[in-house]
Amino acid sequence: MRVSGSRAEEVLGRIFRTRRAQWPLDSHHLYHGQIIDVDGNTVDDVLATVMRGPRSYTGETVAEIHCHGGPIVIRRILDLFTDFDIRIARPGEFTLRAFLNGKLDLAQSEAVVDLIRSRSEDARHMALDQMEGKLSRLLRKFRSSLVEILAEVEAWIDFPEDDLEEPDRDRLVIALKTLEGDMVRLLATFDSGRVLREGASVLILGRPNVGKSSIMNLLLGEARAIVTEIPGTTRDLIEENYILDGIPLRLIDCAGVRETEDPVEMAGVSRAREKMLSADLILMVIDGHEGITRDDEAVHEECRGLRFITVANKSDLPPAPLPSPFTAEPLRISARTGEGLEELKRKIGTTFRRGSLESPDTILLCNRRHREALGRAREGTKMAQSALFSGEPPEHAALGIREALQGLGEITGETTPQEVLEQIFSRFCIGK
Amino acid sequence: MVETGYGKKYRVIVVGAGHAGCEAALAAARMGCATLLLTMNLDAVAQMSCNPAIGGLAKGHLVREIDALGGEMARNIDETGIQFRILNTKKGPAVRASRAQADRQLYRLRMKRVLESERSLDLKQGTVNRLLVEGDRVQGVETREGLVFYGERVILTTGTFMRGLIHVGLNHYPGGRAGEPPSEGISEQLRSLGFRIGRLKTGTPARLDGETIDFTLLQPQYGDDPPNPFSFETRYISRTQAPCHITQTTLETHKIILKNLDRSPLYGGVIEGIGPRYCPSIEDKVIRFPDKESHQIFLEPDGLDSAEIYPSGISTSLPPDVQLAFLRTIPGLERVEIMRPGYAIEYDFVDPIQLTPDLQTKAILGLYHAGQINGTSGYEEAAAQGLLAGMNAALSLKDQEPLIIGRDEGYIGVMIDDLVNHGTEEPYRMFTSRAEYRLLLREDNADQRLTGIGRRAGLVSDTRWESYLSKIEALDRGERILEETRISPSDREHLARLGLGELKNGASLRELLRRPEIGIADLLFLCKEIAEFSTEVRRQLEIGVKYEGYIRRQMEQVDSFRRMEKVSIPPSFDFDDVRGLSAEVREKLKKVRPLTLGQATRISGVTPAATGILAVVLKRG
Ligand SMILES: Nc1nc2c(ncn2[C@@H]2O[C@H](COP(=O)(O)OP(=O)(O)O)[C@@H](O)[C@H]2O)c(=O)[nH]1
Ligand SMILES: [Mg+2]
Repeated sequence: MRVSGSRAEEVLGRIFRTRRAQWPLDSHHLYHGQIIDVDGNTVDDVLATVMRGPRSYTGETVAEIHCHGGPIVIRRILDLFTDFDIRIARPGEFTLRAFLNGKLDLAQSEAVVDLIRSRSEDARHMALDQMEGKLSRLLRKFRSSLVEILAEVEAWIDFPEDDLEEPDRDRLVIALKTLEGDMVRLLATFDSGRVLREGASVLILGRPNVGKSSIMNLLLGEARAIVTEIPGTTRDLIEENYILDGIPLRLIDCAGVRETEDPVEMAGVSRAREKMLSADLILMVIDGHEGITRDDEAVHEECRGLRFITVANKSDLPPAPLPSPFTAEPLRISARTGEGLEELKRKIGTTFRRGSLESPDTILLCNRRHREALGRAREGTKMAQSALFSGEPPEHAALGIREALQGLGEITGETTPQEVLEQIFSRFCIGK
Repeated sequence: MVETGYGKKYRVIVVGAGHAGCEAALAAARMGCATLLLTMNLDAVAQMSCNPAIGGLAKGHLVREIDALGGEMARNIDETGIQFRILNTKKGPAVRASRAQADRQLYRLRMKRVLESERSLDLKQGTVNRLLVEGDRVQGVETREGLVFYGERVILTTGTFMRGLIHVGLNHYPGGRAGEPPSEGISEQLRSLGFRIGRLKTGTPARLDGETIDFTLLQPQYGDDPPNPFSFETRYISRTQAPCHITQTTLETHKIILKNLDRSPLYGGVIEGIGPRYCPSIEDKVIRFPDKESHQIFLEPDGLDSAEIYPSGISTSLPPDVQLAFLRTIPGLERVEIMRPGYAIEYDFVDPIQLTPDLQTKAILGLYHAGQINGTSGYEEAAAQGLLAGMNAALSLKDQEPLIIGRDEGYIGVMIDDLVNHGTEEPYRMFTSRAEYRLLLREDNADQRLTGIGRRAGLVSDTRWESYLSKIEALDRGERILEETRISPSDREHLARLGLGELKNGASLRELLRRPEIGIADLLFLCKEIAEFSTEVRRQLEIGVKYEGYIRRQMEQVDSFRRMEKVSIPPSFDFDDVRGLSAEVREKLKKVRPLTLGQATRISGVTPAATGILAVVLKRG
């Protein structure tokens, strides 16, 4: 993952912790450390390096993070960056920057052209898909509201002699606020939208032999995972795609989590622990018949702060009493008889369908670039509001609205200046 | 016809002495080129054929930029203006703009005098019928009489004269302006040379006899006192000032207009040209805004020694009897007499998408177009293009790089960039909303943006250059002072005088100035040096601090804009050779032939991916 620009180093400093070195890091050195999110949680164990400009690919200061891969981790780190106002590169932008800064190797250019071309092709197909959707209709609505407000503000600026009524600031602020609210709501669908596009990971976790592999098989309806009576059989991770009511899931079955001496099993356990952090949902499986052991308690402890559902398996057998904190309505199922399966599916479904996914009509924001552009549109809208509200001159509000329009334009591909003039002339009687 | 050479060879020939032509000729001559300015009528040099006024929103900005570059318009209006006002004083500095009423006769006479006294410039009366073209290069011009003038560069600034057609009611007759003939030959020839020619329309109101207006009933509008000049060189305005008067149409006015629409060429389908929507005729206004009970009219004086009045806001092409009838329903005009009836005029223009950003035509080398021929409206727009065309003609004769003002540097840059990249379909007028870096392109800093450029071209005098340098020096010093001078927390007396309570860590003057309630004038008692700066410098310092956040935001936008602007596309570049461009994008690029990567991004329909590909291919060379 690569960040280029004047803020690359600063932002890396905010999300990367390393015990080995002092800031500033040496240029062109690889450091081991962790990516930490805003709440101080570790996102991933990574290697990072800073390459100060001009000795870098783009000629600007570049920060690079080498993470353990996996789309989810990458996604999380990307989200962290965007939270710090780092923008996602446009197709070919690194190359473009390298070029603009005089860094491009001539021999590479041919290959790079092809690369940009193919990527932009992809982008275009995606754009086409999106354009046909409801999303683009909604964005167009945002856009026309903004153009309408901007026309009013611009007329106010450009035609002081034309006997126009000064627009009511409060009314404009309210209109912008409403619009911002709509944008925020759309932004909030990003998580669900992303799940739809990339699939959500569901990690099946628990100590050995509680029936994790059996539950996975039950969900999949086929024997993909190995089910045995010898604890610790599933030593590696097994991932399967599974579509639950239209939501693409990646089910991950892993080695039972327990203290172990067996080195192969140990490796599996540690991989399971790693997965916990990046999973979108954890099914924490306990054995409802045998009851709770110290291993269960340890697993439960590790799940704190993560999104998980407690599943008490083997409901076909007589239940054991559950101590706190397992008492709180565990989902009882039987992987053997299939009892409780529907309930489990329903619960997984609702997890990913919270809020915005509920109605089939809902519009989702799936594309990361779009989220980022819409985020900027929202910022601009906000800035315009505060400029209007605090009595600043209208050209400041106009600046915010223009930034907002530009953000939307990056998604829909439309530009505006001429349109604003059209609006002004059709709505206001102007001219000598 | 036998050609008769005039004998003298010119380097630059300017055709038409309107606002564009005057600036073009002066710039070329002042840059050392033997220049000829040909006009159909020597008594109509720098004629104001519409409002007797200069400036206004965005237009005032243009005038200040013309002045900073070393053009004449600002000084001309300062010398001949009879009312100066700053508009938008309640808004921020970026959108404040100067406007002035001119004494129309004095304005043209003074400009004529300036032209006459320019050493390398010959001003002559003559009607050009034909351009002399050899291959793809212009060689000179030929007049109606068959007289030939040779010139290496020709600048066409023919205004509304090309195939001009005047409409008064349903009658129409060829004319370049009321009382003057049109010019017929040139647009024919341009068409046959392959130029795309379009047709536009504009209109004016009737001119009224001020002796028959009852001003006592009307609200006067005076200029600012003292008046603020346009030019950075003018110290003060000494001429007598005169007010405008405000009146408005009535329901009765609208009734008469509506009843007689069938006699309007606009609604009878007689006029084919496209008119400007920002300058609608009163017919248009009444029809399009039926709920509006009255439309405001400014009665603008034509001059100090003239009774003529220009009623701004009611341009019309209705027949004179209808004009008179509706005029007399307007308060103050009950007994008014028309001196010249209003009319609409249709004229040819040459789509400016056929120009390179130095205003030279792509088809004929050495030929430049400026002003209304490019589809713009307004004296200021014309003058700005004239100035740039004149400068670029002169620069090219000296084998120097053309002068292209960036969108981040001036309204002039925005306008020309718009024209050459998008062309125009209706008369193009400048608005501040067209400038994406509006907060940086202020009237007050036009000198900071452009004096250096004018100086390099040789249009800025030593005296002006020195006073400019000392201003810049003062600004630098002032910024340091604001940063370094501090008020300490113990300085209770001064704090109290500023209306401030406790300040825990004290504050720099800069920090104090950032507070909305404190202006730079409030800080003078804290620092003698600042008090000694001119008001101009103090104002710049204040704007720099007060609007810092917004200005920085725009600067960031400008930074990314500039990086793309720096990459040039060679004239010989073959867009057909670039693999991966869609046919549509390729056509657009070939039509406009952008000079830089940045310009390519502004052509509508050119996608970011296409610019990415271009960037790389350009580097590969
Ligand atoms: N009675 C009963 N036995 C089950 C159930 N689910 C799994 N088992 C048995 O428990 C043992 C361990 O199952 P497995 O899925 O391998 O557990 P894992 O180690 O958690 O993956 C196997 O013998 C399964 O047959 C259940 O719902 N009911
Ligand atoms: Mg297993």
